[in-house]
Amino acid sequence: MDFRYSDEQLGLQETLQRFIARDYTFEQRRTFMQGAHGYSEAAWQQYAELGLLGLPLPEQYGGLGGSATDVMVVMEQFGRALMLEPYLTCVVLCGGLLRDLASPAQCAQVLPGVCEGKTKLALAAHESRGGYDLAAIATVAQRERSGWVVSGRKHVVLDAPGADLFLVAARTAGSPGDESGISLFLVAKDAAGLVMEPYATQSGSRAADLAFERVTLPAQALIGTAGAALPAIERAVDEACAALCAEALGAAAALNEATLAYLKSRKQFGVPIGMFQALQHRMADMYVAEEQLRSMAIVAAAHAREADAAVRTRTVAAAKAYVGGAARFIGQQAVQLHGGMGVVDEHIVSHYFKRLSMIEMSFGDSDHFLARFSDSLLAASS
Amino acid sequence: MDLNYTPEEEAFRQEIRAFLAAAVPPDVREKVRLGRRLTREDMLGWQRILHARGFGAGTWPQRFGGCGWSVVQQHVFEEECAAACAPPQIPFGLRMVAPVLMAFGSPTQQQYHLPRIIAGEDWWCQGYSEPGAGSDLASLRTGAARGGDHYVVNGQKTWNTLGQYADWIFCLVRTSQEGKAQNGISFLLIDMRTTGISVRPIITVEGEHEINDIFFQDVRVPLANLVGEENKGWTYAKFLLNHERTNNAGVGICKRSLAQLKQLAARQQRGGRPLLENVRFRDRIARLEMELMALEITNLRVLSAFARDNRPPGAEVSALKIKGSELIQDLAELKMHALGMDALPYLREALDPQWQAPALLADHYPPEAPPLTGQYFNQRKTSIYAGSNEIQRNIIAKMILGL
Ligand SMILES: Cc1cc2nc3c(=O)[nH]c(=O)nc-3n(C[C@H](O)[C@H](O)[C@H](O)COP(=O)(O)OP(=O)(O)OC[C@H]3O[C@@H](n4cnc5c(N)ncnc54)[C@H](O)[C@@H]3O)c2cc1C
Repeated sequence: MDFRYSDEQLGLQETLQRFIARDYTFEQRRTFMQGAHGYSEAAWQQYAELGLLGLPLPEQYGGLGGSATDVMVVMEQFGRALMLEPYLTCVVLCGGLLRDLASPAQCAQVLPGVCEGKTKLALAAHESRGGYDLAAIATVAQRERSGWVVSGRKHVVLDAPGADLFLVAARTAGSPGDESGISLFLVAKDAAGLVMEPYATQSGSRAADLAFERVTLPAQALIGTAGAALPAIERAVDEACAALCAEALGAAAALNEATLAYLKSRKQFGVPIGMFQALQHRMADMYVAEEQLRSMAIVAAAHAREADAAVRTRTVAAAKAYVGGAARFIGQQAVQLHGGMGVVDEHIVSHYFKRLSMIEMSFGDSDHFLARFSDSLLAASS
Repeated sequence: MDLNYTPEEEAFRQEIRAFLAAAVPPDVREKVRLGRRLTREDMLGWQRILHARGFGAGTWPQRFGGCGWSVVQQHVFEEECAAACAPPQIPFGLRMVAPVLMAFGSPTQQQYHLPRIIAGEDWWCQGYSEPGAGSDLASLRTGAARGGDHYVVNGQKTWNTLGQYADWIFCLVRTSQEGKAQNGISFLLIDMRTTGISVRPIITVEGEHEINDIFFQDVRVPLANLVGEENKGWTYAKFLLNHERTNNAGVGICKRSLAQLKQLAARQQRGGRPLLENVRFRDRIARLEMELMALEITNLRVLSAFARDNRPPGAEVSALKIKGSELIQDLAELKMHALGMDALPYLREALDPQWQAPALLADHYPPEAPPLTGQYFNQRKTSIYAGSNEIQRNIIAKMILGL
């Protein structure tokens, strides 16, 4: 076993650290948030130049064929910088989904643009009232003449406002809740009948609700086999969850650093507050939580592309649930130890806290993944 | 022992309930119910309505125009107010500066300020904390120097809640550098319209303007605005802090929050079933309800012991502060979780009372959803302010346990 990043990965990490220190400070990030889609297009182009946008994508389409652990390196640094760009959704989630499900012709049509930073993708899957269940899809796609007609609604589509293409999960058979009968379609943002209601999210990036009002698609818009997309979507969401664990690690580690520095510099009662044993123990617990979180992020990355779906699902579920809880503890305590400074918008601490909270709420909160992991114990014993 | 309300207390509850049903303005009730922004006028207006009915100050003694209610009556009143979605009574005048004025203020101060506070004419804010003086309040440096018939105040206060609305601020200022830090502090009443005061907004984590920095530059304050004796302010401040903390259990507010959580859990769907049917989630609600059952009785036990012994609130209020703040935070956290993916949108405009959900959101995004995630973020303040929970534990360890 070897738990360290490789020399190549350490090189990538260093490159990112330099980029962040120069081009992605907290103050610069504030101005990016005001941009058209709530992020920096210039930064996105730099990610393309650094090869980040093709990192997990196949070489024949302009990617680097990297592993989930390579992605972990990137996401960890993005967590530190509170990156706003749609890397998770466009590259990890949608890029990964196309890589695994789309035909070579479709990959050749879309992925080079992703790698070059010209095309952005977003996944329109979730729809049932705040629920996380990927099978609860009521949006339908009907065969008509030579193509498809899609009707339905999608809720909280992450990074939708800046996307050029949507990967849309729709039913071609069965009813909401059925695991089979779900198909994936590629839909352009300007398709007739596609209506978008954009909004900001709590941690700075953007999202939207989408309505598909009889959106007509050509036959080749179907990705993969009709009715069989769910396993691939679930796999891609698992990969995204593993990446979110790495992002949480970066944010939590940065938050612990900031808190430790504050304990040493903030003085009350004539001494640095880090002299108070109650706070020393709290900080020690936060350190332990970070170490445990790091281990789970490593485990998640190691299994994110596991071929055995049952093993992958239960491992990623355990990681996402555990990381959610550890990130919540670190986030809440970092705010607490900063006193009033912890709850103000001016200070980066509150932004880390918000991002960690939203990471926990994305794709399923800790209870959701705890349930999946817990259910897998039952399945294993029967 | 008897945990039942007396027939008189039951009648009192009915009276309050009937009054509230008619008295809370419907638009304000709706704002409170859905967590929309309240204006200064909404809150002061409510105080005027209460005052007109004689309910302006439940805990004040009758000789100052209050109701002189018992601990149980006040509890019933707060519970009913919360259930009726009445706006909060602003505590800075009523529950903070007023008890200090009653105990230590001059007759002139009492006669001028107390009627204006109870009638909702003046908005007060609290000027204690400074950038360098938070938990260690006694290290405060804002100075007041005597010059003829007035003090000249210079310095900065921070984390000041809703000072942007205030007519008056009560401040702790340094009037002496001699001896222990606690010994050189005085308690001053300052008119916010005095030349030399400036208010700078501080935006909090959820994006709202709730707190401020307040700067004092050569602000002239009449000597008559000193409360009690010069350099005795620390005694008054400690008296006030304990009064402040008796209010921190917030049982009524917790009950409303719990009720909202249950409603939300009954309506939100997971896997095609109401979230409330999910045992994992329901157990979390159940645990909070158990905490609340205990806190309600602890609160009443502690407060009635003070009343019975006729003594000002003591260190026991620290327990109420810890539990009350943690409970309100945990309730906010669960409500956010109940929203699922709908916790992610940040719809700032949705906090305006006129907001209507756009058609696409309307069918899944519940009307009470917009403020909930922000409330979870914002409520982290409750374990920080009014003496952080670490400081409360220090107090319990030292004052009660003798450690
Ligand atoms: C939203 C909000 C509203 C507020 N409103 C007002 C207001 O209207 N008027 C006003 O005057 N003030 C107000 N405050 C200020 C509040 O009272 C202070 O924030 C509080 O006293 C803590 O001070 P601090 O923020 O400087 O934190 P610090 O005192 O610097 O504390 C930082 C951390 O150290 C811990 N700590 C400090 N000392 C000890 C110790 N001895 N042992 C163990 N741990 C310790 C604290 O618990 C905290 O976790 C408000 C604060 C907030 C957040």
